[in-house]
Parts: sequence; C-alpha cells; structure tokens
Amino acid sequence: MSETGRHEDVPEETLPGERETAHEGAVATAENPFADPGLPPHEHRAQDIDDRAARRSERTVALLFVVSMIATVAFIASYVAIPIEQNVYIWPLGHISALNFALGLTLGAALFCIGAGAVHWARTLMSDEEVADERHPIEAAPEVKAKVMADFAQGAKESQVGRRKLIRNTMFGALALVPLSGVVLLRDLGPLPGNKLRTTNWKKGVRLVNQSTNLPLRPEDIAVGSLTFAKPEGLEEDDEEFAEKIAKDALMLVRIQPQNIKDKHELSWSHEGIVAYSKICTHVGCPISLYEQQTHHVLCPCHQSTFDLSDGGRVIFGPAGHALPQLHITEKDGFLEAASGFEEPVGPSFWERG
Amino acid sequence: MSNETSATTTRRGQAPRGERIADWADGRLGIYSLAKSNMRKIFPDHWSFMLGEVALYSFIIIILTGVYLTLFFHPSMAEVTYHGSYVPMQGIRMTQAFESTLNISFDVRGGLLIRQIHHWAALVFLAAMMVHMMRVFFTGAFRKPREVNWLFGFLLLVLGMFTGFTGYSLPDDLLSGTGVRFIEGVILAMPLVGSYLQFFIFGGEFPGHDIIPRFFTVHVLLLPGIMLGLLVAHLILVFYHKHTQFPGAGKTNNNVVGMPLLPVYMAKAGGFFFLVFGVISVIAAVASINPVWAIGPYRPDQVSTGAQPDWYMGFAEGLVRVMPGWEWNFWGHTLNFGVLIPILIFPLVLVAIAVYPFIESWVKGDKREHHILDRPRNVPTRTGFGVAWLVAYFVMLIGGGNDLWATHFHLSINSITWFVRIAFFVGPVLAFIATKRICLGLQRRDKDKVLHGRESGIIKRLPHGEFIEVHEPLDQEQLHLLTQHEQPAPLELGPEVDENGVERKLSRSQKLRAKLSKAYYGEDNVIPKATAEEYKEITSGHGHH
Repeated sequence: MSETGRHEDVPEETLPGERETAHEGAVATAENPFADPGLPPHEHRAQDIDDRAARRSERTVALLFVVSMIATVAFIASYVAIPIEQNVYIWPLGHISALNFALGLTLGAALFCIGAGAVHWARTLMSDEEVADERHPIEAAPEVKAKVMADFAQGAKESQVGRRKLIRNTMFGALALVPLSGVVLLRDLGPLPGNKLRTTNWKKGVRLVNQSTNLPLRPEDIAVGSLTFAKPEGLEEDDEEFAEKIAKDALMLVRIQPQNIKDKHELSWSHEGIVAYSKICTHVGCPISLYEQQTHHVLCPCHQSTFDLSDGGRVIFGPAGHALPQLHITEKDGFLEAASGFEEPVGPSFWERG
Repeated sequence: MSNETSATTTRRGQAPRGERIADWADGRLGIYSLAKSNMRKIFPDHWSFMLGEVALYSFIIIILTGVYLTLFFHPSMAEVTYHGSYVPMQGIRMTQAFESTLNISFDVRGGLLIRQIHHWAALVFLAAMMVHMMRVFFTGAFRKPREVNWLFGFLLLVLGMFTGFTGYSLPDDLLSGTGVRFIEGVILAMPLVGSYLQFFIFGGEFPGHDIIPRFFTVHVLLLPGIMLGLLVAHLILVFYHKHTQFPGAGKTNNNVVGMPLLPVYMAKAGGFFFLVFGVISVIAAVASINPVWAIGPYRPDQVSTGAQPDWYMGFAEGLVRVMPGWEWNFWGHTLNFGVLIPILIFPLVLVAIAVYPFIESWVKGDKREHHILDRPRNVPTRTGFGVAWLVAYFVMLIGGGNDLWATHFHLSINSITWFVRIAFFVGPVLAFIATKRICLGLQRRDKDKVLHGRESGIIKRLPHGEFIEVHEPLDQEQLHLLTQHEQPAPLELGPEVDENGVERKLSRSQKLRAKLSKAYYGEDNVIPKATAEEYKEITSGHGHH
C-alpha cells in the first residue's frame, strides 16, 4: 500500500471492490454473531401432511381447468351466436359491442383459469423445498484461456494474415467498399426535394374556397370571432395529390378590426380586416385549429405553440421557432383571392429554409 | 428413415413411446446434455422477478395477435371511399389502411378483440420492461457478469418504443397521422440532410403514399426480428448466468437457492403466461383502446385536440413541448433548435441509464461477479441516481400531457410548461438528495435494529417509575440479512507528494474517480454497519432493553 505514491495510476488493490471483506463466505461461529445461519429448515404445508388438504387442492386445480374448458366452449358459442353489430348496455361500461365483450371475457377466463390452476398446483402440491445449486465463475479457467489463445495464434499464423499484408489490406478495402452498393440502392426511396418545400399552390389570382362548403369565399362570409378554413380553388378531395397539396395549402382566415391589427405589414396584406395565415404550424406541421376570439391568438393542439394573428402571426408561446406565414389577399368580383403566393415556406423549418 | 422406423418397431414394448421420441431427438439434437443442466435448474423466488416475465409474455401475446392482424390489414395509402358497416363513416374518403382497420373492428368477428389485445399488450410490454429495468437497476442486478444482458434489455426497451410508435401509426387515423407529421417535422429539422431524408423516407412530399407500407415492414418484420433475436439472447444469458437472488439465510454469492425449473417453475412461469394473457384479454373486453372510428381518417389539414402519443413516447413528447422555440438563421440556413435539442436530449437521457453500470464498475474498480442483490438502501448513491432519473422521466411525462393537465385540473398551460422546464433540472437534484437521506436513515434504522433489537410495542414500567419499550433481539437470519452487505472504504489517491517531496501527477480521471468513490463509500454517504464487537458489548453488558 505504501507503494501507491510512486504510481501515476492507482493500483487495483487499493480499489474498494478488490478488498476482501470479513463476511465473504462466513460460517456460523461463536465469534461472529452475524454469521449466515444457513438455509432455514423446510416447513411443511398443510397439503404435505394432510391428505385431505392435498385432495382439496387437487379438486381446486381440476375445477379451474374445467372452468377454462367451459369458457372456451362459451367463447365458441359467443362467436357463433352473437351478431357482430349487436350492442349491449353493461354497467358501468355503457353501450359496448356484445361480441367483443363476450369473446374477451370468455377468452380471458379460459386463459386465466389455466394459469391459476397451474400456479395453484405448483404452490400447493409440487414440492416447495428450497434447494441450493452451486454457481461457477463465468470466466474460463486459465488453462482453458491458454488453450484458446494458442489455438487462435496457430490459426492466425496458418492463415498468414499477419505476414501477407497485401492480402489483408485489399481484403479490408473490399469489405469496406461493398456495403456502398446497398447505400446507393437506397437512392430511389424518394425524389430530391427540389423547391417543393418552398412552394404551395397559392399564386396571384387563385380564389379562396371555403373548406367546409366548398364555395368561393366572399369577404362577408368571414364573421368576426370565427376561424374559417380555406383551400385554393381547383383543389378537390379526390385529386390525385390532395393530401400532399392540402398539407401545404391549408389556410385559416379571421376578421380583425383594422385598428386592432398591430403589424403594419400584416395590415397591408389584409382585406377589410380579413387576414389569411397558413394553417400549418411552423413547429412540426400540425394544423392549427384553436382560436381565441378576444385576443386573436391561435393555438396548435399538438404542442401548444401560440401565435398572435393580430401581430404578424408572431409566436407568443410554445416551441415554434418562427411566425406563421401570411398570405396577401385581396378582393376581385366580390370574391377573396390571393394577391400573390406565400413569400416564405410554410410549415416546419428545414436546413435550407434560411 | 425406414431403418429408423424398423429399429424402433423391434424395440416396441421395451421403452415407453415418449422415451423413444426423446432418444430419437437426442441422437440428432443432443437434448439430453441440454436437459442435464437445465431441466432441474434452480430459480430463486421473488415477486419482482416476475416483472421481466410479464414483459416476455406480453411480447409473445403481441406476436400472436399481430400475426392475426396482418391477415386482415392492408398497409396501403391508396384512397378509397368507405362503404363498410360502420354507418357514421360511410361515404368518407380514407386510405385502405384506415378502411381495413375499420373492417377489422366492425366486420371481422373477434377482430376488435384481437386489435385491442394487441394494443393493450403493447402498453403492458413497455411498462413491464420499464419496471423490470428499474428492478434490475435498484438491486444492482446489472453488475458483472450481467452488464451485456443489461444492454440487451435496454435495446429491447428502445426498440420496443419504436415498434410501438410504428405500430400505432399504421391505422392512418387522424391521431396517428398527426404523430407521423411530427416525425416529418423532426426529420426536416436535421441539419444538412433533413429535407433529403424527409423526401427519401416519405417517398416524396408529406404524406405521400409510401410511409404506411414502409412503417408496416419496419413494424412487422425489421424491428420485431431484431427484438426476437435480442430476446432469445437475453434469456440464454439469464440461464447461463443463473438468476440473481436477494440476500438471506443460506444465500451466498456462490450458490443459487430456489426451486427447480421442472416442475415448479415450469408450472408457475407457464401458468403465469396464461394469467397475463387472460388479464389482458379481459382488459381488451372491457376497455376500449385507440377507437379509430371515433377519431376518423387522417387529413393533413385536420387535427383533434388532446392529441397524445402512447404513454412510452410521452417523455419525448414532453421534451418537445416544453422546449423554447429557439431557431437560428444564418447564411441562408436554419437551425431549428426548438426541435433538435429535445430530439438529442431524448436519447441522452436514455443512454445515461444504459451506461450507468459501466460507470459504477469503473468508480468502484469492481471486477468480481455479483449474484447477491443489493438492498437499495445500502447503495444510496445509485438509488439516488435512479430516483433522480425517474423524476426527470416523470416530469417530462407531465410535460407530454401538459394540455390534459391544464384541462383536467384547470391550470394554465403556461405555468405547467414553466413548472416542467424548471422541475426537469431541479427535480432530479432534490430527488437525489432526498433519496440519499432516506437511504441513510434506513441504514441507521437497520443498525439500530441489529444492536438494540426490534420494537416489540410492549411498554414496561420500571420500579422507579421510568417507562421503557421492550425491544426484542433479532434472530440469526435477520442479523445476517442486516449486516451481510459490504462497506468498502473509498478509493484513496495517496499522498499528494511522493517520498522525495515531488508532487505526484494524477490524471484528471483518477481524481474524478476518487471523488465519485467518496460519493459511494465516503463518510457522509454510508452508515457504518453494526460490528460484531459493538453487538457483543451491548448484548453481553448491562440488561438490554
């Protein structure tokens, strides 16, 4: 121990785990009052000494197995007899599918009773005497290790891998390159992004169509205090790429008293106090759907990012990193239409967004 | 083959049929050698050893029910108009994935039950793995030689989370589609490669037509395949290492005390599978889960309120929800820290618990095998760390459900978010300190019990009027249990200068190691257990009370 000072590293024998402790493998002696008394004597259960108790256990186990059989028969009967569309009222669950309820309960009972029977059998009738097994160290004995090392050295020598460096290096090279084929094959998983993350279907002159009525929106359709959802004209539900398009184009409109619009730029892009914003949250792309009419705040129900629609769609709470993009709208022939496309990408941020 | 048959025919009547089959198998598979060491293998008994079994059995249940579901499920994003038997959805456009999920629920008899068993079993599976991991952690069962098995188990937990996520995304309902959109946002947030990865993974723009079929392959083949392999390896190692046991009379580091596999554990463990399956079936009968018909098909411009992932993803969800929306724009690029940081913290928190065994064994310099479990109180630093980790986890779980906390308890979502932000950092520290103190208190109580016996509840009045409580001495088993643990001295670095007066160089890692070692074994972190001398002095001296 006094040698410790000379070494830069601490020798292993001073480490706590390496020190022997007094109780390792202790035997009961008068010297040590805390010595291991050894396994306690086995205590007999009622079933071990009383044959009537044992037979009672036997009957219980058999009864459980019989109940299981009955439950399986009931399962099959329910499957055949109960129509799939039938609902029943079951307190306190309410109106639920009768078939699901019957099948689940009978299957559950059939399985549970097998389990309960087996466990009861094990606990009451099978021997419950605890026995000790020896453990052997996991690591091999030194001579085994020596044999393995010698075998390995011989194998390595016979392969000449250490001597013939050219073979070894070219083999490593080949093995390192060959997975590249697999990586290359992944290229056709999808197209390149191109400018698809930056563009939507909004452009100058595209009318705003009410999402729920499928009719072009007039300014008077937008009531104070309500949130209206819109899509670009010409985008229909049964279009080939409807989902991809609406995932970018979805719009929400609110009417705010022009004097309450705090952001000048927002005011200039509005029409009679009607402002149009992208519905797609700039955090991770959930559609925003909750509107607080007094404050003109909208909230994304996924992660609670909150935006102020009276102040340029600014983030006022939550994890979103930037304001909601606004769409410049105007009126033509009594209908609302886009005065231009979105000037910035909608939806969540990405590396090239800038 | 024909020779074999004739050979057995001649022996008919000599050996029973079962034995002849076993002989046949042994000649080809060597089953007798395998059975010799395993058939009567001893397993110790403790309720907490069943937690891993629950995980194992729910995994089997998931595979059985999952295979059934694949017979009816169409992992396709082709759009159809629903004309099935669920009236409220008729005429609505949806993907085939959603339509076939409705068919499983309303047209396949028992389909709803199997779907619900599958989903419930998945929740139970993840919960059981988590609690099992905590049992292993707090009792130190991860120590040598079981570190590798700890990692296998950890990988199973992580893979289980992602298998669960890809699984509940498959029906393509409004809720799960929102989860997939979240994944799209996360992928987009990756620096440099984000938008390319997104287009490759989704096969184009979100949502595209590829993500559900691709998730399907990952969910039913790739991840379960890896998990099955890990699970088998996990179980082989459990057999090979032999099970750990709690300390007690007759239990040493060199033996394993319990009952044999055949018949007791065959019956108990086999029966337990049926118990778990039965209970989950009953749950599926009475408690509806993921009622996609009430949620509706996914549309990127629609969402439901109270959107929540399954519970095991709630921790990651919490990190994402409470993160401030930091975003950097520079040189035409965007770094979305609001998404990136939570997505990095999420694996880091998980890895912290995964690497813990290696850190502990380095600090302790312990290279011995450990088969006797620790009582958590005897290792206050580890127990404190584990509780701190759990507190961080549950604080984030609160964050993941901040909207539900707000609506159910009429709280402001802002205050919940701020509470979670602060508690994520402060909570674990407080939990660590409190846990450690409780552990030390329990150690003191153990020492007290050893030296003075247990409180009997009998109050005695002495002749001079003093009241005392009679303490009963502990029996040998109890004395052994309360004193069997090791209390090594902390690592010492030795004097700062060597015998020649020259300053010794100590690497920073050695200094850290010594400091951490003090945190485990230092004076303030351990209550010296009762010694035989102390015990003898008290018990043999004046009349004890």
